[in-house]
Amino acid sequence: MSAITDAALQAAPADKARGYWATVGRRIRRDKVSMACAFILVAIFIAAVLAPWLGLADPYQGSMIRRLRHIGTPGYPLGTDELGRDMLARLIYGGRLSLVIGILPVILGFLIGTSLGLVAGYVGGKVNTAIMRTVDVFYAFPSVLLAIAISGALGAGIVNSIVSLTIVFVPQITRVAESVTTGVRNMDFVEAARASGAGPFTIMRVHMLGNVLGSIFVYATGLISVSMILAAGLSFLGLGTKPPEPEWGLMLNTLRTAIYVNPWVAALPGGMIFAVSICFNLLSDGMRSAMDIRN
Amino acid sequence: MLVYVARRIVYVIPIVLSVALVCFMLVHITPGDPLVAILPADASQELANQLRAAYGFDRPLPVQFGLWLWRALNGDLGHSIATGRPVLSEVMRAVGNTVTLAIAAAMIGFSLGLFFGLIAGYFRDTWIDKVATSIAIAGVSVPHYWLGMVLVIIFSVELNWLPAVGAGPGGSSAWGWDWEHIRYLILPAITTSVIPMGIITRTVRALTGDILSQDFVEALRAKGLHETHVFRHVIKNAAPTALAVMGLQLGYMLGGSILIETVFSWPGSGLLLNSAIFQRDLPLLQGTILVLALFFVLLNLIVDIVQASIDPRIKRS
Repeated sequence: MSAITDAALQAAPADKARGYWATVGRRIRRDKVSMACAFILVAIFIAAVLAPWLGLADPYQGSMIRRLRHIGTPGYPLGTDELGRDMLARLIYGGRLSLVIGILPVILGFLIGTSLGLVAGYVGGKVNTAIMRTVDVFYAFPSVLLAIAISGALGAGIVNSIVSLTIVFVPQITRVAESVTTGVRNMDFVEAARASGAGPFTIMRVHMLGNVLGSIFVYATGLISVSMILAAGLSFLGLGTKPPEPEWGLMLNTLRTAIYVNPWVAALPGGMIFAVSICFNLLSDGMRSAMDIRN
Repeated sequence: MLVYVARRIVYVIPIVLSVALVCFMLVHITPGDPLVAILPADASQELANQLRAAYGFDRPLPVQFGLWLWRALNGDLGHSIATGRPVLSEVMRAVGNTVTLAIAAAMIGFSLGLFFGLIAGYFRDTWIDKVATSIAIAGVSVPHYWLGMVLVIIFSVELNWLPAVGAGPGGSSAWGWDWEHIRYLILPAITTSVIPMGIITRTVRALTGDILSQDFVEALRAKGLHETHVFRHVIKNAAPTALAVMGLQLGYMLGGSILIETVFSWPGSGLLLNSAIFQRDLPLLQGTILVLALFFVLLNLIVDIVQASIDPRIKRS
């Protein structure tokens, strides 16, 4: 007995001194793939935010005589699109809208889904049944179909596409949040909090949230990749933003007619969606394994 | 087993009803008048009212839902506003082509996914694992509609080996399994297969890893069992979950084909949905989504039953 305690005491300081999140942070900083992805994402974000100050060509200014220039044309490093607009400028400006419509639904879904899941998991009983059975209905649709059905019924537009994608993600995040919360609910420290007189709201906010948020957050990060693809896909179908706005999915759609003239310029916007999506996926994988201390 | 199946079927009924309700409500969240697509711009109020009554839009919502559901149960999903033909026959013809595409894609995606997943799980943390997981990550991260475009650029525009769009001679209603038609299927099927390939690779890799780390594998090896026999046990244990994931993926391919069918002008349910959206053909939109969602629910039911029949642990829970 004392031998075990001794060993535990000797092992403890190293873990104690750092704490869980510091350990996770250190592990993820050591992961080269995650760091490379984070770097690429930050670069794309900063470029999108600072686009007007980067000395780029006007992304709306076309020219009939400079249409569909090839990649590497002097003055147009990534060529020009079907209306003679500079592709480099449009790709960087396109990041603004594409990233917003891709990421915002996951953030909204995270907020709504976490709240619903937390309440369902903590309160249990009839509330749980009501919330979770409603969630089940949305699981009866393949997510692409659900997004397109709602978006198609509401009509084209940025807000409608964000709303439809949020409706797709809320049930998924709710399910994860509910199952994590149910797991934490019966733990001793929650019982202790209840015994010392904490109300349900305090217990949820102070004692449960911190313990469930990590897993839900990692799950939500993994959804950003899907969300980017679907959001751009809605624009690609013509259900998102409208021309001449630069947005990767829409650019891919309008350039489709150009694949016989200048195929590789036409493929560029999709390359951007792919890059962002794969980086978020790899980053989410990296976070998941960093948080899994057992390994 | 019979009790399990019966319970599972009973559980599906409320889901089917709610799915029908969601599909019904789609028309009513639509901004503007649902008749806008057929009414001429200068139509009189009287004509609008007549049409509204003809389509039943003038009654209270619950009554409309009841009537719509009753007709749907009898196989009447209304008529397409754009073509005037019955929605059900339009949808069923298109679904046939989507099933063709999904089955071809499933054959490619499932076999590659199983292969990559098994070798990645078996040779965990070696270069084989790294290559297989990279392919899987790329598969789940790629915007598939873009991949379709890139494949068209390579194989149709640059190399001129395969056709870029359509479903071959005879268009939407004359599919056959001969080279003249299969030529048209290759690119869309490969494009559709990448997501299931990636997801199945990741699932099977994780499953294989879990199973190999369990004690019974150790026991089998200690018993002196040859590695190929151990492998057989791994497959047997991984099968129920892997099958469930495959069934779900097949459902996603059937229901989520709109983007790929648009890229390749493949005359399936996705392309039909696309035209229904842009012609504001609401009965067709509603009907297509209902049929696809019901296929998905049915497939989920079949998956659950098959899974329970091969995995005795499920029935008891």
